[in-house]
Amino acid sequence: MACRVFYFLKLFKRECETVRICVLLIIFVLTILQTRRSAFFCGIKDIFPAVAGLIPFGMITGAAATAAGMDPWLAMAMSIIVYAGASQLAAISLLTLHAPALIVVATVLVVNLRFMMYSASVAPHLRHLRARQKWLFAYLLVDHSFAMLNLRFPPGGTENISSQHRAAYYFGISSFLWVMWQITTAIGIFAGTKIPANWSLDFAIPLIFLALVLPALQTRAHWLTALVASMAAVFTSAMPLKLGLIAAAVAGVSIGVWLDSRTPVKTVESI
Amino acid sequence: MAISGDVYTWSIIGAAGAVTLLARASFIVLPADTRVPVWLQRSLKFVAAAVLPAIALPDVLFRDVPVGSTINTYRIIAALAAMLIAWKTRSIFATLGAGMIVLWLLQYFKPF
Repeated sequence: MACRVFYFLKLFKRECETVRICVLLIIFVLTILQTRRSAFFCGIKDIFPAVAGLIPFGMITGAAATAAGMDPWLAMAMSIIVYAGASQLAAISLLTLHAPALIVVATVLVVNLRFMMYSASVAPHLRHLRARQKWLFAYLLVDHSFAMLNLRFPPGGTENISSQHRAAYYFGISSFLWVMWQITTAIGIFAGTKIPANWSLDFAIPLIFLALVLPALQTRAHWLTALVASMAAVFTSAMPLKLGLIAAAVAGVSIGVWLDSRTPVKTVESI
Repeated sequence: MAISGDVYTWSIIGAAGAVTLLARASFIVLPADTRVPVWLQRSLKFVAAAVLPAIALPDVLFRDVPVGSTINTYRIIAALAAMLIAWKTRSIFATLGAGMIVLWLLQYFKPF
């Protein structure tokens, strides 16, 4: 009996030792990472409310793939490879129509061209990174991470915050968004068909786009761009293979550029 | 109807992923002193304003259209309410909540 108690105590002591070492190690790592870590978690905290909008969006994107008869693993791979909800939805509906490969890729490109603008806006914060990190951070770039970084660190200001912290903040936002996106699309893919159709959850998709675009319409040129593009989209929605989307984008951007070139100075500050 | 994981589909998805990554990486990986043509700068400023509503609006008008109608009135009303909230609050969460709740109320009570 005594032997067993002794053995137990020894075991207990050894366990304590392991726990203590672990705790010390964690404290050590956290102290080193403290400042960058807080920037990382600050990003997560800031992006949290936007995730509420992302959850139905991800689930619907997943469910749309399943509903289109897409192989679940193919749908999951697309979610990881493309990682851009709006273009995934467009691609899914084009794949169902057996559209030519060129049309699918062109549509995805048009829907995602806005990332070039985000890329230009985010680039100054990521200048100090190594090439490999730049590609990773670029892959993680989405509407929300661009918008949040722009809100926190507006162009021309806040120079006292180091670029390491800004990069950590950006990484906090975008890695959290990535994980949430993959989880919600996976739920959509594997369980999406069980959501009752009369919840009309697919209505969340246009709502998210409206919520993203409306605050960005700050000049008359932007307003007219949106107006012309949406009218064009409505009138061309009967066009085959969703070509109406490309036509509407071209029409809207042309109007915007034309108006912008007539008033070159006034619209510079608005992106 | 079904989309299988054949080589053709995989290559489409691969190409779609590649063009998306290139769009995202463009200015991040280019050297800082790269000159961007003015026409490209001008066009990029308006891409989001053109593409996002162009995806959204047909979805609002023509999805789930009731029999004997050409447009979905409930969704239009709900979208207008959501747009008002988006304009006032600039919050994705509030916009989504307002739009969905208005749509659910209209679909439940069917006032017209």
